[in-house]
Amino acid sequence: MSLKQTPSQTVGPYFAYGLTAQQYHYPQTQVATGAMANDETLGERIRILGQVFDGQGQRINDAMIELWQANAAGRFNHPVDARESRPLDPAFKGFGRVGTGTTPDNSFRFDTIKPGVAQDGQAPFISVILFMRGLPNHAYTRLYFSDEASLNAEDPVLNKVEAARRDTLIATRHETSTGVEYRFDIHMQGPHETVFFNF
Amino acid sequence: MSTLTKRDWASHAAYISPEYKSTVLRGVSRNLVDIDPELSELTGPAYGAEVLGPLDHDLTKNGQVNGEPQGERIVVSGRVLDENGNPVANTLVEVWQANAAGRYVHKADQHDAPLDPNFLGSGRCLTDANGCYRFYTIKPGAYPWGNHPNAWRPNHIHFSLFGASIASRLVTQMYFPGDPLLALDPIYLSVPQGARERMIADFSIDVTEEGFALGYIFDIVLRGVNATPMED
Ligand SMILES: [Fe+2]
Repeated sequence: MSLKQTPSQTVGPYFAYGLTAQQYHYPQTQVATGAMANDETLGERIRILGQVFDGQGQRINDAMIELWQANAAGRFNHPVDARESRPLDPAFKGFGRVGTGTTPDNSFRFDTIKPGVAQDGQAPFISVILFMRGLPNHAYTRLYFSDEASLNAEDPVLNKVEAARRDTLIATRHETSTGVEYRFDIHMQGPHETVFFNF
Repeated sequence: MSTLTKRDWASHAAYISPEYKSTVLRGVSRNLVDIDPELSELTGPAYGAEVLGPLDHDLTKNGQVNGEPQGERIVVSGRVLDENGNPVANTLVEVWQANAAGRYVHKADQHDAPLDPNFLGSGRCLTDANGCYRFYTIKPGAYPWGNHPNAWRPNHIHFSLFGASIASRLVTQMYFPGDPLLALDPIYLSVPQGARERMIADFSIDVTEEGFALGYIFDIVLRGVNATPMED
């Protein structure tokens, strides 16, 4: 290793027209939105809904959330995942990006599919990357699914987390009249502080 | 064998950096949980030429309505490398910034400085096979913010990069050499001395285009991801 990492800086309060322009109704385009699945995508359609809270429990209205996940067969759409036994889905990239500034309650929403198990012994999960004003370095967490209790119990990453904090990583499933919804709130601090990872 | 270098925390700010006030209630307060990288961390989204519009790399043109934007034209170029010195090829670089007067197009920016009808202030480009990128823009102005009395952000351009996987994801800010506001800026200063200087671009007469635009070089180093494809 010869070179040193460029330091991270906050995304700031004004990222929206640069990174999430269409969501915020600016004229520019954005490379990824919360609409991660289309009509052709294989897998169970799910909606992920949540809010981000600061250390005083206040909703954060200028956070940006990115999701990265495997497809319904558990395959990542990336050359490092070359496992032919798990087919790629040409209708699924697996990446989404949403800001919390366009809904009255500052919620984020992703429309995606539930990922398959990516590697033996794991529970299905979605990687979450969080950015906001006041956050000098993006934070990584994971979203697991409440209806996968037995796989969650065996998941090696969940088992690295102290038991009392595991719930912060588990999205709760609700069957609604408009489809399957998972609730996933993120708490930056406080008694329910979300577990963030270093890897 | 796949390897992934860790985040070099000596090169990054503490999550809670009290001089930068909004970190106090927003920064991660408990220890991060160390995990071993798996496929989910060794992979990530890739965007290529399919997301580039013809003017995306030229912020002096992509917001034009009825004329040239106000301000000093500049060209920013550099290389994106990993920690091993290998070029990060074909990776997306997204940028956004204030206009020459220090005003963002963002609706929440209430700074009493003029918007420029011919400048939007965002764009994107790709690195080439050697990791090189280049875009044209207007030198952004300084702007006040509410962190402390008479607080001003130094001139800066926001950058967002992906690199090889979600582990190499980076959002940062590029600063300009010789800016007196750097010594007063809690966001810049939250990064340890010895590392923060890496965020300052170099002026370059070689990158400068005669009669057109001053040139700056901003090289970016992402975390090293060296992953061997996993097969069945
Ligand atoms: Fe800024």
